[in-house]
Amino acid sequence: MITEPLHAPDGASEPEPEGTGAELSPAVRLTGIRKRFGAVVAIADASLDVARGEIHALVGENGAGKSTLMHILAGVLAPDAGTVSVNGADVTGWTAADAIAAGVGMVYQHFMLVPPLTVAENVVLGLEPKRFGMYDGSRAEQEVGELARRTGLRVSPNALLSSLSVGEAQRVEILKVLYRGARLLVLDEPTAVLSPPEVDELWSVLRGLRAEGGTAVVITHRLDEVMAISDRVTVMRGGRTVARMRTADTSPAELARAMVGREVTLAGAVAIGGEVLGEERGSPPNSNIPPHPTAAPTETTPAQPPQRTAPALEIRNLSVSSSRRERAVDSISLSIAPGEIVGIAGVEGNGQTELVHAIAGLAPAIAGTILLDGRDVTILSVRERAEAGLSHIPEDRQTRGLILDFSVADNLVLGLQHHYTSASGVLDSARIAANAVESIRHFDIRPTDPNLPVRALSGGNQQKVVIAREMGRDFRVLLAAQPTRGVDVGAIEFIHEQLRNARASGLAILLVSADLNEVLALSDRIGVLYGGRLAVMLDRADASAEVLGQYMTGASGVHEAVS
Amino acid sequence: MSAPDVVESAAPDARAADRRERLEEMILPPIVALLVALVVGDLLILAFGQSPSYVFQLLLEGSWGNGYGIGQVLYKATTFTCTGLAFAVASRAGLFNIGAEGQLAAGGFAAGVIGMLLPAGLPLVVALPLLVMAAMAGGGAVGVVPGYLRARFGANEVIVTIMLNFVVLALLNWATASHLAMPETLHTPEIAAGALPRLSALIPAFHGSAANFSILVVALATVAVGWWLFRTRSGYELRATGLQPEAAEYGGVNVGRSWTTAMLVAGALAGLGSINFVLGYKLYYEDGFASGSGFLGIAVALVGRNHPLGIVLAALLFATLSQGGLAVNALVPKEIVDVLQAVVILAIAASVPAVRAELRAARGRKALKRVERAA
Repeated sequence: MITEPLHAPDGASEPEPEGTGAELSPAVRLTGIRKRFGAVVAIADASLDVARGEIHALVGENGAGKSTLMHILAGVLAPDAGTVSVNGADVTGWTAADAIAAGVGMVYQHFMLVPPLTVAENVVLGLEPKRFGMYDGSRAEQEVGELARRTGLRVSPNALLSSLSVGEAQRVEILKVLYRGARLLVLDEPTAVLSPPEVDELWSVLRGLRAEGGTAVVITHRLDEVMAISDRVTVMRGGRTVARMRTADTSPAELARAMVGREVTLAGAVAIGGEVLGEERGSPPNSNIPPHPTAAPTETTPAQPPQRTAPALEIRNLSVSSSRRERAVDSISLSIAPGEIVGIAGVEGNGQTELVHAIAGLAPAIAGTILLDGRDVTILSVRERAEAGLSHIPEDRQTRGLILDFSVADNLVLGLQHHYTSASGVLDSARIAANAVESIRHFDIRPTDPNLPVRALSGGNQQKVVIAREMGRDFRVLLAAQPTRGVDVGAIEFIHEQLRNARASGLAILLVSADLNEVLALSDRIGVLYGGRLAVMLDRADASAEVLGQYMTGASGVHEAVS
Repeated sequence: MSAPDVVESAAPDARAADRRERLEEMILPPIVALLVALVVGDLLILAFGQSPSYVFQLLLEGSWGNGYGIGQVLYKATTFTCTGLAFAVASRAGLFNIGAEGQLAAGGFAAGVIGMLLPAGLPLVVALPLLVMAAMAGGGAVGVVPGYLRARFGANEVIVTIMLNFVVLALLNWATASHLAMPETLHTPEIAAGALPRLSALIPAFHGSAANFSILVVALATVAVGWWLFRTRSGYELRATGLQPEAAEYGGVNVGRSWTTAMLVAGALAGLGSINFVLGYKLYYEDGFASGSGFLGIAVALVGRNHPLGIVLAALLFATLSQGGLAVNALVPKEIVDVLQAVVILAIAASVPAVRAELRAARGRKALKRVERAA
């Protein structure tokens, strides 16, 4: 790893920490960090100040740059600019091995453990205690058992890892880091895979570590967790650190605004000043935040289009499981009328992917019914649903939406290949070529060569290929998942216009987007997914970034649904 | 690796450059691999105290130097093409078919047994299609098993094809040895009908070589495979499955069915290779006739980049090595050719990523220089 020049970027202004205890010596100080991957700027300008002996929350939406920043701290990545200092020493550009030696340990979201080995073997892996040059299993078990007792990370050292629950496996991952002498723990979304009691246990472990003088940085996007565990919090948005405060001085509403607010919303927030929506809150010590009084409209709000119209898409009590969660989608019901756009907002990973996949036929429903124009399509195949009038812009164009090594022309008929085939099963290359020329012209796909592999196109143009295909055909219902992700401004406008035109011509659209502005700009009604459930369904008139932000982060409205 | 591009004339610079880069990445690695193999071969020959140029000259004379040698090369290349296609079709669907050995043998067994049971004197126009179908059915029956198991249960096709080789070869050995073989031999009686004439009947120069008219059947099959892969919906869906199964699924492709189809066709193609021996050369099924040809198909497909045309060229290359190896036997052990083949395979495996990385790095340096000069 190369040590980068240490000059701070021009105009890198560090937000002044509010009320930081000067009495605490900084364990970590990151300043003016910049990091890009190819053309993508992951971190534009970020800083972080973590005092020794505190639990620091790092929050932000997916893609805000939290994980990248922590990888830089842990020596996995070298920053392009900026400085990293730990315990007062400049360590910019250090390696992961250096970081571990200096007591900085990272607990990853995806476990790096060996299932057939025991807990003790996993923990000591690479630092095995030896006797006569041989692995000393009993000493390993004894040492690991002692460490587990001392830290409260209850797990049996001689259990096989493959027999553990996810929560227990995470404890092993933390033990592994502590065994290597970590005094500063970085946990990347540690609660994403945990059940509520396991979360509480994790918190008490972290508090125990803090009491012994340990320091922790917890990455999360759940604000109830921030309030429950952290001493201070840093908010990142779009690769920048935008706020830093003491947890006791803030509220979930204020954090939500800092986290999801885009330029427009941010301006609104400035106008409001320091005022917090709803009632002022002190520092709620537990995660059981009561439902927000002002922002809990009933779900019976009538849809804008006349209720007479039969819904084009109707979902009744749909549940879907995923590899990570038994009920990634949990009894969701919603319907979309012809000529209506229903937006689904939410922090990613709250069931959006599974919901869309279940409607599209890519994942089986474990319960519930999906009706397309009144027809039950719950057990139909992807192709049968497409024939029934379902079109689908998938959230990930590079793995789902496109075959990257196929030509533009071939990609423009993916999913429609039966319509471009003669009775004998031969592809009609003349019509495929004509369709490509027409789509490329109409949707302004560049470069205009239909024979180029889609891989050679920019992300925005790749997305246009998907849009051209899915919106250029006959359909009744469109699933639009993240339709403008990674697309430039001009193309976003174009795609939005296409969606509006489709609505105007009486088509039904389910818009799933992580971009609140997009959801607000296009939708007639807006629902928020949180923890696999529909936390709320609002009329556009009742929705704002602030209100949605609270539902998205679990700060409002969810707990009544859970109880 | 996708459908052959139709190159348009007035392509802007960037597009032309992109095409050139793709072409380079496709063609350069096998060439580099061959050069590496050549160098290793030189060293080996030197180690035996012989002159590399002389040995290679003999090797070429023994293969392409006379009608007999050419005929033998064509004969061997015919079988290699089939097993190469068997690997390539599976590979296009994202599967690793190591079972061509067993599929080839099963096809030969089916053709041999059916051919033996046909009424003597049945005209070729009737007997040939029957026996070709038998050979393809025999290979397809063995091939479809790992495909179906993968689709239905997610069973790893690498393991299933490898193990199935043992099962099939042992079963065929038992059936031949204990029930069908002529006394004192391990082969069945001659087929009663459907024998294909040797190529020497048309071109006398090939006299004595095993080259026969099954080469035409295989050529036809090779064209058909290319047409199927790149011109039909089924081939489109198969390639989509192989490149990105998730995107194929999204596109309404039944991924499991694509896998099953691919392995069925792969097995049938391997099985087809057996007519070269059973109908064209010996006119009977013989235990062990497939030995080595199935595995060599993997190398052929790898060197031929899973493209029918590339596979034909690669099959000719490996057939040349195999035939030429006999000619140099007096100077160096004939096994040296086996070593050469192995080196070609290893060099391909290593050089594809290495050459690609080097190509990209060179382009990056060039781009960097341009930027620096502009600054």
